[in-house]
Amino acid sequence: MRRYSAFAIAREALRNHLGWEKAWRDAQPKKHYDVIIVGAGGHGLASAYYLGKNFGITNVAIIEKGWLGGGNTGRNTTIIRSNYLQDPSAAIYEKARSLYETLSQDLNYNVMFSPRGLLMLAQTHHEARGYLRTVHANMLQGVATEYITPERVKELVPIINIDGPRYPILGALYQARGGTARHDAVAWGYARACSAMGMDIIQQTEVKGVRSEAGRVTGVDTTKGFIGCGKLGIVVAGHSGQVADMAGFRLPVEAVALQALVSEPIKPCMDVVVMANTVHGYMSQSDKGEMVIGGGTDGFNNFTQRGSFHHIEETLRALVETFPMISRLKMLRQWGGIVDMTGDRSPIISKTPLAGCFINCGWGTGGFKAIPGSGWAMAELMAKGEPGPLAAEFDMWRFKEGRFIDESVAAGVAH
Amino acid sequence: MLTLECPYCGVTAEETELAPGYEAHLKRFGPGSTDEQFNDYMFARKNPKGVHFERWRHAYGCGKWFLAARCTATLEVFGTYPAQVGAPPEDIIAKIKARRPEWVME
Ligand SMILES: Cc1cc2nc3c(=O)[nH]c(=O)nc-3n(C[C@H](O)[C@H](O)[C@H](O)COP(=O)(O)OP(=O)(O)OC[C@H]3O[C@@H](n4cnc5c(N)ncnc54)[C@H](O)[C@@H]3O)c2cc1C
Ligand SMILES: [Zn+2]
Repeated sequence: MRRYSAFAIAREALRNHLGWEKAWRDAQPKKHYDVIIVGAGGHGLASAYYLGKNFGITNVAIIEKGWLGGGNTGRNTTIIRSNYLQDPSAAIYEKARSLYETLSQDLNYNVMFSPRGLLMLAQTHHEARGYLRTVHANMLQGVATEYITPERVKELVPIINIDGPRYPILGALYQARGGTARHDAVAWGYARACSAMGMDIIQQTEVKGVRSEAGRVTGVDTTKGFIGCGKLGIVVAGHSGQVADMAGFRLPVEAVALQALVSEPIKPCMDVVVMANTVHGYMSQSDKGEMVIGGGTDGFNNFTQRGSFHHIEETLRALVETFPMISRLKMLRQWGGIVDMTGDRSPIISKTPLAGCFINCGWGTGGFKAIPGSGWAMAELMAKGEPGPLAAEFDMWRFKEGRFIDESVAAGVAH
Repeated sequence: MLTLECPYCGVTAEETELAPGYEAHLKRFGPGSTDEQFNDYMFARKNPKGVHFERWRHAYGCGKWFLAARCTATLEVFGTYPAQVGAPPEDIIAKIKARRPEWVME
């Protein structure tokens, strides 16, 4: 892999940019790999990357039915934060957030991590109390957050309306090192680094079945034939239930649509991320100037990557009330992704009933921010066969045993 | 927008008039059941990509729960029926079979 640098730009400028190489090889499947990862989203690619980087396991294939990063990783609103309530969540999200701080250097790929600060508005007394509790929990967890006054909110976000008629702003949970990153670049950066370690990224190839012998995984049937493996990692987000079914087990997961939209680009007007969970809307401004907007999920099982229009209407209604100046903005694009929701709104990073087969799913509406931490934990689980401290509590049996990691109570919407 | 006909009051309701209730025909388990059975009842979900049976409530209408047969891969609705049944009725099965000949009831 040729490294990207200021020197490389100067060198290429002098020779008409003919020397750039492809970021990753387009690989065809070999007969057998030590590890196969199904799903080349951020989580699958990061899992593969840390298998190579932290454990020296590089005979790895990442199999993707579409194009890499074309699932939720390329469809999300890129919010990064780690101000969660429960200890296991704070640990893995903060691990991820801290890895994001140096990810561009680590991958030699600009993921445009922008720790611009993130606010979660408290708009009911119940919510205010909840966020105060989270701030206290975060203090114990070593996650830097603070609870700020409405006046401070107004300072940070001049375009906000702090005394709206329905839900005036009572305060906010503020994480100064939360922010955003470029979603595609995260997938591309990991893919390039995986490819450079000799891993095969096999796109346009769908996994159709999981084969096993005597209770142990032996490989996968794909649209390009059978590919053998020693260990299998299923990292397919919205399609987790389908691939788990191929491996012979059922998950506590429902697939629903989550939508997002962006406005026409405007001059810089808001340099923090603002989430308003009571009214179900959140917004940030991209580097291109578009306002990036999202809200809550649709309420029924759906695999079409299309959501219902009334959810967009609700989200915009909430945001126009919070930021009156956006009422005249035109919306440019709207899209949906299929998110995998678990019963306690926390992810699953787990061994499975099938030996040698591991699953990483359930990131639902909020897994972009977790990509580096999740990959780190998944690689450890797959390499050692047992979870490390980051993944230990996120096993799939916690539901049966009543060990929920209940984040649904902590925030109305996740993201 | 999803529209479903309420089998009680006959109103063709838009999604905004309804409240979703997810998977239908769950087998309930009570005292004396195993952890496994409770887990399956409370958490394990079919979540199929294709034909699905769901609970819906006519929340801003008659207020009653009813059931719907729907395709999660295309958003096609096969039909709705009252909730007081243990399994989808024959006419609903026939409607699904007419549209999805390869489908088999789990
Ligand atoms: C609209 C929207 C907004 C969001 N906003 C945020 C946010 O602001 N912040 C945040 O942290 N998170 C957010 N999320 C959530 C976040 O996008 C996801 O949690 C995260 O991207 C999941 O990554 P992944 O790698 O697990 O899944 P994906 O990126 O979906 O990757 C899974 C891959 O598996 C592939 N696949 C599926 N089945 C098969 C098969 N049988 N064979 C081979 N390949 C298969 C798919 O094609 C896909 O590419 C949002 C999601 C959406 C939809
Ligand atoms: Zn009715």
